[in-house]
Amino acid sequence: MFARGLKRKCAEDEEAVPAYSLQRQSLLDMSLVKLQLCHMLVEPNLCRSVLIANTVRQIQEEMTQDGSWCVPVPQTAGRASRDRLVSTEILCRSAREGARPAPDPGDPASELQVVPAAQAPGAPPGGAWDGDGPRENRGSFHKSLDQIFETLESQSPGAVEELFSDVDGSYYDLDAVLTGMVGGAKSGQDGLEAFASAAAPPPSASCKSDLGELDHVVEILVET
Amino acid sequence: MFLKFSLRSVFYGAGGGNDIQWCFSQVKGAVDDDVAEDIISTVEFNHSGELLATGDKGGRVVIFQQEQENKIQSHSRGEYNVYSTFQSHEPEFDYLKSLEIEEKINKIRWLPQKNAAQFLLSTNDKTIKLWKISERDKRPEGYNLKEEDGRYRDPTTVTTLRVPVFRPMDLMVEASPRRIFANAHTYHINSISINSDYETYLSADDLRINLWHLEITDRSFNIVDIKPANMEELTEVITAAEFHPNSCNTFVYSSSKGTIRLCDMRASALCDRHSKLFEEPEDPSNRSFFSEIISSISDVKFSHSGRYMMTRDYLSVKIWDLNMENRPVETYQVHEYLRSKLCSLYENDCIFDKFECCWNGSDSVVMTGSYNNFFRMFDRNTKRDITLEASRENNKPRTVLKPRKVCASGKRKKDEISVDSLDFNKKILHTAWHPKENIIAVATTNNLYIFQDKVN
Repeated sequence: MFARGLKRKCAEDEEAVPAYSLQRQSLLDMSLVKLQLCHMLVEPNLCRSVLIANTVRQIQEEMTQDGSWCVPVPQTAGRASRDRLVSTEILCRSAREGARPAPDPGDPASELQVVPAAQAPGAPPGGAWDGDGPRENRGSFHKSLDQIFETLESQSPGAVEELFSDVDGSYYDLDAVLTGMVGGAKSGQDGLEAFASAAAPPPSASCKSDLGELDHVVEILVET
Repeated sequence: MFLKFSLRSVFYGAGGGNDIQWCFSQVKGAVDDDVAEDIISTVEFNHSGELLATGDKGGRVVIFQQEQENKIQSHSRGEYNVYSTFQSHEPEFDYLKSLEIEEKINKIRWLPQKNAAQFLLSTNDKTIKLWKISERDKRPEGYNLKEEDGRYRDPTTVTTLRVPVFRPMDLMVEASPRRIFANAHTYHINSISINSDYETYLSADDLRINLWHLEITDRSFNIVDIKPANMEELTEVITAAEFHPNSCNTFVYSSSKGTIRLCDMRASALCDRHSKLFEEPEDPSNRSFFSEIISSISDVKFSHSGRYMMTRDYLSVKIWDLNMENRPVETYQVHEYLRSKLCSLYENDCIFDKFECCWNGSDSVVMTGSYNNFFRMFDRNTKRDITLEASRENNKPRTVLKPRKVCASGKRKKDEISVDSLDFNKKILHTAWHPKENIIAVATTNNLYIFQDKVN
């Protein structure tokens, strides 16, 4: 899944891919995964989420200036591109948030967004960040989740909601597994040995292998 | 003055002038580091240093008390033994948000002692509690109506009247919750700090700081609120806050963007406008996508004198003069060799670890933790630093700790450890220094180490 997701945004850059650009892209992907994983925790650490979201924004801004950020063509209902600039709030919300109509997709600097998904019935109040305000419909978390879980057989947003309709203990175990995967902490390796060996190739190499395992684990999740 | 310490600086070891030689004293906790609930989450000496409190992930508080010095065996200071253990916080469930509230103790702060009892504040993510710890070493005996075991006597057998008397009993230490300060924080509490007036205290979460009176639990004053009207615009959170040790109207709070704001409560009710803003301009040569994350301040502590404050960010410790806002007066690199590993540390989330820092009693030395169970001390006068390890390997009492050294690159010398061999799961986040003596408490994941300087 992630191998597919890591393909270049702009086809014309494909011949001369600079290492920095690849690293930046994989950092962006890693950050988005981290933010998505936030939603599986009970209550995400706000400081961590803000820092990751700021990092994502920095990368996106730089990519926009570089011109390597292709403004996506307005899409039809269905899968939205992960390439959109995302607002901080959208990037990290509870899994059970509802959807909101998208602002103009042609403006790369606008906050998000993406096709509305059906609202989970009886979704509990509060997003990951907004702990006390009235529950408004925010941008669609379901869509960005949808991108992560591309292996879902049924692509309807409803399937995503069902997936999160009752979070039980198995998700916490998965979280531990996924965190370990993303962190590259394979069994028996306490330190940075994993990264020392990958020191010569760019970080994206180790990221990709970890993300491949993530892909595998996600498939297992989806099939249960 | 900007001071950077390279790894090539020589450490003057045992026998070197006035340098302290640190010795192992005690270690507390299980040998197997497996129980999650035992993870130590905070360590704090009381004002006299006689008591040492720890809080853990399971919501428990354990207080150790220093033995009175044995005059005959004066080769070491008194040992710390368990004085009291109690369950401070329990896990709760927020039904409105369907979220569990962790019972983990985030911070403990002691009140100065006013009478025979001791008081401390302990907090989890949402609720602060004032605990009274008192000793009972006498009990009344000789009741008229009750037997010694508590059974009531048959009234017809009572023929005389006597006054119960207090007789000595085995020391019992009781902890009771005297105040519960709840429902004032939407976000997770990261700091509590008692004011120098000893009547009020502040509690800070990610976006707000509240001022409480120790006697009043049903209301608090919001003194800082950085929550944006639109949460989508949130880019900065509060990471730590502390009252000035002498000025009861002054406090500081640090942010995830590496700034510290000093506020004066006399200026206005809501201290949204800072009196001073402390921020060091970014070094453009070190700029990366991780610059902001590593600039995020994880701890801020005033010196005992109140003239300086210390901040800890991911790679360094900075000392600020309160009269100079544009840069710190001293900077100490904790583990600069990690700068080239930031991407990996971001990937495994270590870059978000929140290290604390502390001053010694005379404000001449500062200490903070690192990875591989290493901790670092920086002497502000001699400009020398040392790396020590908290490990059960050298746990014979009065064993002098051997300085450790990390080899950043190139040929590793004997006894050095290479960066890639460091264990990033063994992190020392919490350390504390006795207010008067050279006794330090260092918390590894679930063990508490106590070290003392060598007494001849």
